[in-house]
Amino acid sequence: MGRTLAEKVWDDHVVRRAEGEPDLLFIDLHLLHEVTSPQAFDGLRKAGRGVRRLDLTIATEDHNTPTLDIDKPIADPVSRTQLETLRKNCAEFGVRLHPLGDVEQGVVHVVGPQLGLTQPGTTVVCGDSHTSTHGAFGALAFGIGTSQVEHVLATQTLPLAPFRTMAVTVEGELPEGVTAKDLILAVIARIGTGGGQGYVIEYRGPAVEKLSMEARMTVCNMSIEAGARAGMIAPDETTFAYLKDRPHAPRGEDWDAAVAYWRTLRTDDDAVFDHEVVVDASELSPFVTWGTNPGQGAPLASAVPDPASYADPSDRLAAENALDYMGLTVGQALRDIRVDTVFVGSCTNGRIEDLRAAAAVLQGRHVADGVRMLVVPGSVRVSLQAVSEGLDKVFTAAGAEWRHAGCSMCLGMNPDQLAPGERSASTSNRNFEGRQGKGGRTHLVSPQVAAATAVLGTLASPSDLPDASAVPTAVGV
Amino acid sequence: MEAFTTHTGRAVPLRRGNVDTDQIIPAHWLKKVTRDGFEDGLFEAWRKDPEFVLNRPERQGATVLVAGPDFGTGSSREHAVWALQNYGFKAVVSSRFADIFRGNSLKNGLLTVVLPQETVDALWRLTEADPAAEVTVDLVARQVRAGGITADFDLDENARWRLLEGLDDIGLTLRHEADIDAFEARRPPYKPSTTPATAQS
Ligand code: SF4
Repeated sequence: MGRTLAEKVWDDHVVRRAEGEPDLLFIDLHLLHEVTSPQAFDGLRKAGRGVRRLDLTIATEDHNTPTLDIDKPIADPVSRTQLETLRKNCAEFGVRLHPLGDVEQGVVHVVGPQLGLTQPGTTVVCGDSHTSTHGAFGALAFGIGTSQVEHVLATQTLPLAPFRTMAVTVEGELPEGVTAKDLILAVIARIGTGGGQGYVIEYRGPAVEKLSMEARMTVCNMSIEAGARAGMIAPDETTFAYLKDRPHAPRGEDWDAAVAYWRTLRTDDDAVFDHEVVVDASELSPFVTWGTNPGQGAPLASAVPDPASYADPSDRLAAENALDYMGLTVGQALRDIRVDTVFVGSCTNGRIEDLRAAAAVLQGRHVADGVRMLVVPGSVRVSLQAVSEGLDKVFTAAGAEWRHAGCSMCLGMNPDQLAPGERSASTSNRNFEGRQGKGGRTHLVSPQVAAATAVLGTLASPSDLPDASAVPTAVGV
Repeated sequence: MEAFTTHTGRAVPLRRGNVDTDQIIPAHWLKKVTRDGFEDGLFEAWRKDPEFVLNRPERQGATVLVAGPDFGTGSSREHAVWALQNYGFKAVVSSRFADIFRGNSLKNGLLTVVLPQETVDALWRLTEADPAAEVTVDLVARQVRAGGITADFDLDENARWRLLEGLDDIGLTLRHEADIDAFEARRPPYKPSTTPATAQS
């Protein structure tokens, strides 16, 4: 019987298989950041162990880094300690680190792909749930706990119980103005935040094949919000073109050999998924969340749902609590929801195409009075590229704040936070209670919706703007 | 991980059930960057009471915690195990442990022993009456002995073997280092490396 993409990548990494024991899998790439690594290094130190494969390990600082005054000492002692600890650990063990101020610094899931380290058919782990992002390249990529971080540092392997496989097939074509973010939010709303539990999801079908690499990363990034262990997309010409000539992409003969292998990484026609979901892309429209988990979303054109409409009592209760926390009323048009803050950034939507999309909407327009808009590139490289295209000028001319790279308001571990009761339209991936600051209220949106919302001050898509026909598809390129 | 064969020490009788991990180590301790130094956070809220059993002078240096049922429920934080170990506990006895806590404890070398509640009651009575009474937790014989009490306990063979040998997951994996070496030797050369491009040539 044929195998799925995920099974092929799995099989190619089995170091040891024994009856009654989990497979021992080799890990091709281990990404580290400051929050989940300290105890792992501590464990190595105590056991007198080193890092087995420094050449497959890389660290960056992202969660705690400030986006303003990055040359000044970090004010928050906890953040400062976490960063200093990572620096000490990397120096002591010899791990390559891109600290704040370095040109390769940025959100770990933006840095790996842009360096060309994330490649098809690899296994990628990080002590971070959004490691699923890297699956966009046809890599098997998943988040791990601190004990597992230590295990990978010491052995470059992990004992793992098998996953189940799920296909999410997106038929048809995404309508004009509908993005990868809208697609994944709609998928999560459909299968639920627990729908992917235990599965590796493979996104496939014509609408997925048409997505750019960056859009594919947006989709795979949020697999974890459906509870999935990982998300994957089969590598194709789009993937190869993205990787070619990246700093760590193979070269010469190695490139040819790699591409030949990568072409084999497709689900066989006779392979069977444990579960299949089919989505019709042509039915999708800009999608936003109204609740406090990423599955509580609806088309922008609709209204706040009535919790009573949920058949499942726990869904109903969750919706009631969410509306209460979010300060929304049943039947209120989503387009009438007023925001205080707009955040463009994160490992979901902080890459160059996202910034281009937001800038295209903002060009020649202005952020509404009383609205604060933060634009935080996912990495320093993204930031430099944006500056070279003049996007930073578009943002600042529109009244938005152009910040330094990092996770920023995606989780508010640094000073970029919502005040209690404040409401944001955010391109990030989690709208949990307090995620962006204690008492903060988050609506997850695409970069296009974020920018249009900033202009009108209420949840909006570019087509809602008065002079909508004037919106170019991109600027500065 | 330190091997666990048999341990003898004085006990702390903790007459409480449903002790969740938030009570074992409160959330604000999770910002720490080490596995050490959680001892002061252990049962932090309760320790504000000078009469709390852990604060009693006669309990200082005790190494066996005898707790009520459903110990370690709630959040999956591994810090709960670290806090107990940092404080000096080698074994915890209860009639029922939360699954994740138990998994974490055995992974870290903290022996969690399940005994019937009557035996736990007997251990409480014994160690409350005589704080100097010693409790022996014998993993080789799978037996707890204290005063006139002798009680057998179960532990799955794989977990027991790992504790007896002092094997953590990493130690176990390293037993198959030859397999890892062999895998590495056959890894294709085009696989990515984080070595900076300049240092490669
Ligand atoms: S950007 Fe947000 S989701 Fe991504 S790694 Fe940072 S905190 Fe996590």
